[in-house]
Amino acid sequence: MSNVVLDPGLAIEGAAVRSRAGFLRHVLLERKAATAGLGIIAFFVALAIASPLVAPYSTTAQTCAVFAAPSARHWFGCDDGGIDVLSEIIWGGRISLIIGFAATMISMVIGGGVGILSGYFGGWVDITLMRITDYLLVIPDLAFAMVIADVWGPSLLHVIFVIGILEWAATGRIIRAQVKSVKERVYIKRARSIGAGNGRIIFRHILPQVGPLLMANTVLTIAVAIYLETALAFLGLEDPTTTTWGTILEHAFERAAVSAGAWWAIVPDGIVITALIMGCFLLGQAIEDALNPRLKVAHLSIRRWSLRPLAGRGSDAI
Amino acid sequence: MKARPEIARGDGEPAEPPLLDVEGLRTRYPVRRPLAERIARRPRRWVQAVDGVSFSLRRGEMLALVGESGCGKTSAAQTILRMVDATGGTIRFEGRDITRSSQRRLRPLRRRIQMIYQDPYESLDPRFRVRHTVEEPMLVHGIGGSKRRRQEQILQALERAELSPAELFADRYPHELSGGQRQRVAIAASLVLDPVLLLADEPVSMLDVSVRAGVLSLLDNLRRDRTMGILMITHDLSTAAHFADRIAVMYLGRIVEQGPAREVVRNPQHPYTKALLSVVPNRDPLARSAPQILKGETPNPVEVPSGCRFRPRCPIAEERCRAIDPELRAPAARRAEGHDVACLLA
Amino acid sequence: MLEIRDLHVWFRLPDGGELHAVRGVSLDLAQGERFGLVGESGCGKTTTILALMGLLPPTAAVAGEVRINGQDILAGGEDSVRPHRWTDLAMVFQGAMNALNPVRKVVSQIAEPIELHGLGSAAAARKRADELLDMVGIPVAAGQRYPHEFSGGMRQRAAIAMALACRPKILLADEPTTALDVMVQAQILNLLVGLSQDFGLALVLVTHDLPVVAQVCERAAVMYAGEIVETGPMASLYHATSHPYTRLLFGATPDLYGDEAVTSIPGAPPRLDRPITGCPFRPRCDSAFDRCASEAPALRDVTSGHAAACHRNDLPAAERAARDAARSARSAAVEPAAGARTEADW
Repeated sequence: MSNVVLDPGLAIEGAAVRSRAGFLRHVLLERKAATAGLGIIAFFVALAIASPLVAPYSTTAQTCAVFAAPSARHWFGCDDGGIDVLSEIIWGGRISLIIGFAATMISMVIGGGVGILSGYFGGWVDITLMRITDYLLVIPDLAFAMVIADVWGPSLLHVIFVIGILEWAATGRIIRAQVKSVKERVYIKRARSIGAGNGRIIFRHILPQVGPLLMANTVLTIAVAIYLETALAFLGLEDPTTTTWGTILEHAFERAAVSAGAWWAIVPDGIVITALIMGCFLLGQAIEDALNPRLKVAHLSIRRWSLRPLAGRGSDAI
Repeated sequence: MKARPEIARGDGEPAEPPLLDVEGLRTRYPVRRPLAERIARRPRRWVQAVDGVSFSLRRGEMLALVGESGCGKTSAAQTILRMVDATGGTIRFEGRDITRSSQRRLRPLRRRIQMIYQDPYESLDPRFRVRHTVEEPMLVHGIGGSKRRRQEQILQALERAELSPAELFADRYPHELSGGQRQRVAIAASLVLDPVLLLADEPVSMLDVSVRAGVLSLLDNLRRDRTMGILMITHDLSTAAHFADRIAVMYLGRIVEQGPAREVVRNPQHPYTKALLSVVPNRDPLARSAPQILKGETPNPVEVPSGCRFRPRCPIAEERCRAIDPELRAPAARRAEGHDVACLLA
Repeated sequence: MLEIRDLHVWFRLPDGGELHAVRGVSLDLAQGERFGLVGESGCGKTTTILALMGLLPPTAAVAGEVRINGQDILAGGEDSVRPHRWTDLAMVFQGAMNALNPVRKVVSQIAEPIELHGLGSAAAARKRADELLDMVGIPVAAGQRYPHEFSGGMRQRAAIAMALACRPKILLADEPTTALDVMVQAQILNLLVGLSQDFGLALVLVTHDLPVVAQVCERAAVMYAGEIVETGPMASLYHATSHPYTRLLFGATPDLYGDEAVTSIPGAPPRLDRPITGCPFRPRCDSAFDRCASEAPALRDVTSGHAAACHRNDLPAAERAARDAARSARSAAVEPAAGARTEADW
């Protein structure tokens, strides 16, 4: 007999989420993963903003020997052009993050818009938009991105657009499902019976309700966008003159860093990419989990309710 | 002693048309067909949720639409609100036929007809402060004047809904309020539009017993103070008996008995009303009544029985009930004006 | 058969606080007895029976004794409760009728726990399941159907059948009829009374609905803020009410034929995450006096078997009468409550 045991303590009012700011604060306080994820993201963003100040060397001028090993002066060693890898990573993060964030913004606007329109209006709007979404979902990302990038030519802007256009489909689907359920809530019906129009209902009632989910998806999409950027750059489909985390890897491979034994040209870069993607996942997942209270399954917990002796508690027990 | 509007029927010209006059209202929904049926192209079947309902409501009056779930009382309200389109009959609001008015022409009317929903935990946007919930209807209809003026009206509406001091409640979120308080916020949000017709769908069934009476008395006072009519939908006969002027009992999309509340409760004529009244538990444990429990549940409105729709569950049905679908008419044992029953044997 | 002594439940709150949900509940239950546990939402009635079943979340801490036939089942925590769960004590959860697995036949869902508890082979479990269906009034053939083909009443019957699978001695039913129509409610209540009479099953009915308890139960306890404030035979609870809360709760319940006013209880229950000084009901009480503010009243016998936790009962009878007279004069001075109907009013 499976039955959900409600926690009456949680049923007491106040467990509800107040505002978006309050919700984020709540997520960050409640979940260590979220704090860690946000910390990682914040670290890289700060590093990107401050790159002119913190990067120890130039990324264009040679400051050391070709494939010089890590040393006290060059912590991550040097690449094939005698350029400091640490400086390259710090500067490269800047472009990678811009691509990641910009592409994500595009895909969130499209995905959020399509999801809301599709879920809210239903009918032929839904059918049309969802068929488009389906096509995008089944097309292999990387292959499609390669074709587009190749046709349009390598450029930062193109990469942003390609990633932005490719990544909204999943978000669109998720938002649509959420809107479909929010739409049926009584307070939406009440707003309609008051006489509120579609625009008002969407912007005032539905968008704030799907906002946190959109936010979680945004963070998760940033990770995917950065990953995709790296992949595209690695395949040489990005402007070779810009320094991004992807082009650093590409250069290293092209100049046979591996056979030269210069692991430092590759490994630190790989680690920062992984770290940032992990940070995004940690934060995004934490928000998503917090949005779905059903994931807190008390009755499946290994921990149990406890016994408390009554003796000795005296009058404060009552 | 309160002055009660008299219910004029036939004798004497009524001074004004009734606030709401519903005649022969019908609403149906398509039945969801399983895939196999759709492939076989079987004809679409319909749920006749409301099947010829007529009643009228005057200003200052409270009419209770009583019935079990699936009897069509909520569908009737949805149709009157024009959230669902009627398939037959007419809805007259203040003498104007609104049955087929376009949504655009309905917009000014939406102000005057307001709905109170059953679940106060669901009917308020959780992210809106009380102030904004009450303000929203004014913004939607572009009324209320300046921001300052609106704020005054918000506080007034809250006070009228007996949420005082209003300033204290205005900045709270729904989750900081009890169920009764939330329902009062919903009522206040309706009041800012000065409605003349209030549809209350089970306004207290989700509330704690201890606060129900308060919300109901609020509604009761509203229609007495103002020129407002209230249509209350409820399954609770005791509540209807206490607060409504008239009761209409619905069964399978029809009104089977209608009349002054006291008459319907104390002198019920339809066997369904009698059975329904007999199963209402008495709060006095020594007054154990003899409940007349009907077998089964309200049948599916897709297949309405022939003749009298209550016949299959009726304890006193006769052969002729199978053939004749009874209309609402004065029962033989009628004691009060306006008491009508749809039963051949009454 | 069931003795509860000084049961306490605390919940750890996410913000580090603690909520004292059940505060020293004691009660006894004899075999075949029907007992009602009444109160507003949040009064701890559901938590009390979840504690008996040992089905509390990990944030809960429990203290006290729960004896079944003299054996304390709570002493060893979860390990000592488990052998009694479903076999001695069984529970019908609130909303259980909506918790059936939609893709499995009803009969196999009833048979499953029997098999899992090792009470028989698959065939024996199936036989027992058919027996249970018959017991709760579901035609055995209907067991082959899926839950969505069942009406609300039938699903509730199935949920009761599942609870009875392991032949428990005590059935705890949490709001078993809340979501049901009056007619179906009457059917389900009839079933529960029948089960307790035919099989000597003790029944604990947890509900907010006083009239239901009045008609079904022999004894009842009224809970407020985690404590029992009054307990005794149902008839004396109604006719010789000894706690203001019980009186006000009855006063807030509309009666079908009663003409007296229905009034809500002002205010809200106290927060249980903070210490309470004095009587927990004092802020809402209409007959509190100075002693109530400082001293928490203990549950004491008013007559044999009928106990209440109110300082008023310690006052001499003459003074109580004088206070009652003063109170009714006070409430009469205030404008007559809505819902009060005089003959002329009808």
